[in-house]
Amino acid sequence: MKLTGAEIFVECLKREGVKTIFGLPGGVVLKIFDILHQQKDVEVILTRHEAGAGHMAEGYAKATGKPGVALVTSGPGMTNVVTPLVDAYMDSVPIVVFTGQVPTHLIGNDAFQEADNVGISRPCTKYNFLVKDVNDLGQIIKEAFYIATTGRPGPVLVDIPKDVAMNKGEFRYPDRVSIRGYNPTYEGNKWQIKQAVEAIHKAQKPIAYVGGGAIFSNAHEELLEFAELTQIPVDMTLMALGAFPGSHPLSLGMMGMHGSYASNMAVHFSDLVIAIGARFDDRVTGKVSEFCPEAKVIHIDIDPTSIRKNVHVDIPIVGDVKTVLRELNAMLKATPNGHSIEQRKPWLNQINEWKAKHPLTYVQPPDALIKPQYVIDRIYQFTKDKDPIVSTDVGQHQMWAAQHFVLNKPHRWLTSGGLGTMGFGMPAALGAQAAFRDKLVLCIAGDGSFQMNMQEMATAVVNKLPVKVFILNNHFHGMVRQWQDLFYEGRYASSYLDTVPDFVKLAEAFNAVGLRATKVGEVDGVIKEALKADKPVIVDIEVDPYENCYPMIPAGGCNHEMERRI
Amino acid sequence: MEHIISVLVENKFGVLSRVANLFSGRGYNIEALSVAPTLDPSMSMMTIVTQGDDRIIEQIVKQLNKVIDVIKVVDLNETEFVQRETALIKIHTRQEDRAEALRIADIFRGKVVDSTPTTYTIEITGDVRKVEACINLLQPLGIKELVRTGRVAIAREPVRQAAAQPKRILKEEK
Repeated sequence: MKLTGAEIFVECLKREGVKTIFGLPGGVVLKIFDILHQQKDVEVILTRHEAGAGHMAEGYAKATGKPGVALVTSGPGMTNVVTPLVDAYMDSVPIVVFTGQVPTHLIGNDAFQEADNVGISRPCTKYNFLVKDVNDLGQIIKEAFYIATTGRPGPVLVDIPKDVAMNKGEFRYPDRVSIRGYNPTYEGNKWQIKQAVEAIHKAQKPIAYVGGGAIFSNAHEELLEFAELTQIPVDMTLMALGAFPGSHPLSLGMMGMHGSYASNMAVHFSDLVIAIGARFDDRVTGKVSEFCPEAKVIHIDIDPTSIRKNVHVDIPIVGDVKTVLRELNAMLKATPNGHSIEQRKPWLNQINEWKAKHPLTYVQPPDALIKPQYVIDRIYQFTKDKDPIVSTDVGQHQMWAAQHFVLNKPHRWLTSGGLGTMGFGMPAALGAQAAFRDKLVLCIAGDGSFQMNMQEMATAVVNKLPVKVFILNNHFHGMVRQWQDLFYEGRYASSYLDTVPDFVKLAEAFNAVGLRATKVGEVDGVIKEALKADKPVIVDIEVDPYENCYPMIPAGGCNHEMERRI
Repeated sequence: MEHIISVLVENKFGVLSRVANLFSGRGYNIEALSVAPTLDPSMSMMTIVTQGDDRIIEQIVKQLNKVIDVIKVVDLNETEFVQRETALIKIHTRQEDRAEALRIADIFRGKVVDSTPTTYTIEITGDVRKVEACINLLQPLGIKELVRTGRVAIAREPVRQAAAQPKRILKEEK
């Protein structure tokens, strides 16, 4: 069957089960958009900026666990999507980005809107392709989805020149692909798992350190079983929130720079760290030479390069987190050891003492400025029964949301961890809302971050994506201001944003709903009103501009040297 | 410590750049690199000379394995191996130095591959120490231009002596 490249593209998306793509047209991709326009199976969400399209694809992928897809044009279209590609690469998000390219005979001629798309994206994608022949397009798209979603997930870019989209070719879509240089290991080495079981039985002060890998591997059930079986407390990284129920008694919440006191103390004083789908990022380890100094380390990860990259690992297990945990649980059950659980009682008591002594808390006097933590807490109280998806931008508000918004299920937490991309939150929320039209999707943003992609409010309104954006407005790049207070003697170099723009008027200009709270007593009211609206909402909440995010381990500090204020 | 790593890769455009990107992006150094197709023209063999402690080399090998176009990675330092490099050395020769240049070339089993009244171009092949020794000796004569291929290396085939000897003994007993 002969089809044009554009028709092959659409046909491939259908076979991959893609329901929604995010994109923005331009000269060289018009043919593809034209074909998309004439069918109904794949919905196209027109974004206002390609960065928005990329982050929406990420949000879609994080919320669904399926690959997110973006389609953009050549040149500036592609360069605008670089940030989402890097973001997805850092956080292992499966997205497939299709970029247009100038016709093959013009490649390398500095043609209009030409950029070296594969060259630019090579260091920030898991893999990328330049399609030179329309007859290869089906095979390449199949491989792109395969690579993006298997092994350690990540972004894949497919560059399609204009003539490849226009020309007719034979449509072949293979059922499966095999790539000789790419064979991810899913099953963990049995002997290593046995070693892990023995170490777990022996450990008196064990702790599980769970990363984002547990989310994309869908290992939440196995993880819960593991923790309950062994009575091992669970620390989560920013990326892992929701992988283990935050309200479970064994959960210590988030660890790392702004993690809970108990979580960081527990990992520091443990004698066995079981790292599960995590990569020992510097925001988690702090001073790496003094990270868990007394502990043996078991590391389960699908990516061998993550193991022994930053810290010494005693028992490495390369494999898929879900598969390995299943095996581990089976072995643990086969060798019951009630004694070890009994031995760990003092450890659990110690942890509970830490938890009780330094909980994540704040004080909100009724007539003072609104505390940002209070706002998050109130949003949580009003929405916890609605199983919301929560996205955040990057900064203080992100850390407060991670601390105070308790998540009990995976795929509910959309945040930019590794790259720390301001402007991620709102488009990511839209991506999730596009996937789940009936779900409640919240975006907790800062006034600085929100302004980095606020053009996507138009996308939200036009496509009827009723996300609820809560801006914790402190008129600052808050985290920058906090660091300037702590490390630059309070000189606020380029961190004060003034009161521009007026977010309520901005919402109204986009034909969305704008709400504002400036006093503590108004917070509940605006949250309730926002939740009632069936349109996108921006809630501008004036918070205490000088509130700092605590606890905090200064960069390069040691995990047991947390600075606490309360 | 210096390591020589053999990397079997897909023979496609962009692969060299993927490997080079990996080294530059992670702050590893490539000291020498040579690439050419293998017997199977769909694959190329890269020989990379790099430096690093055990932890860095472990990461380099893992990171190389992670590149999708990389099919196989062997750290040759883990076995016995043979390495060779070729250099083409163009030396500026005054009349009185011409005999000395040929003598030095001869000592190192070098070949003169081009000659003019004022220059010789000498081809020399050997392990890196031999090539460097030859260059050092020729330097006082005046090296005009020097090109080196970078190293190629291959693992030595293990000799199975243990299996061969008992047979001989059996024969003698008869």
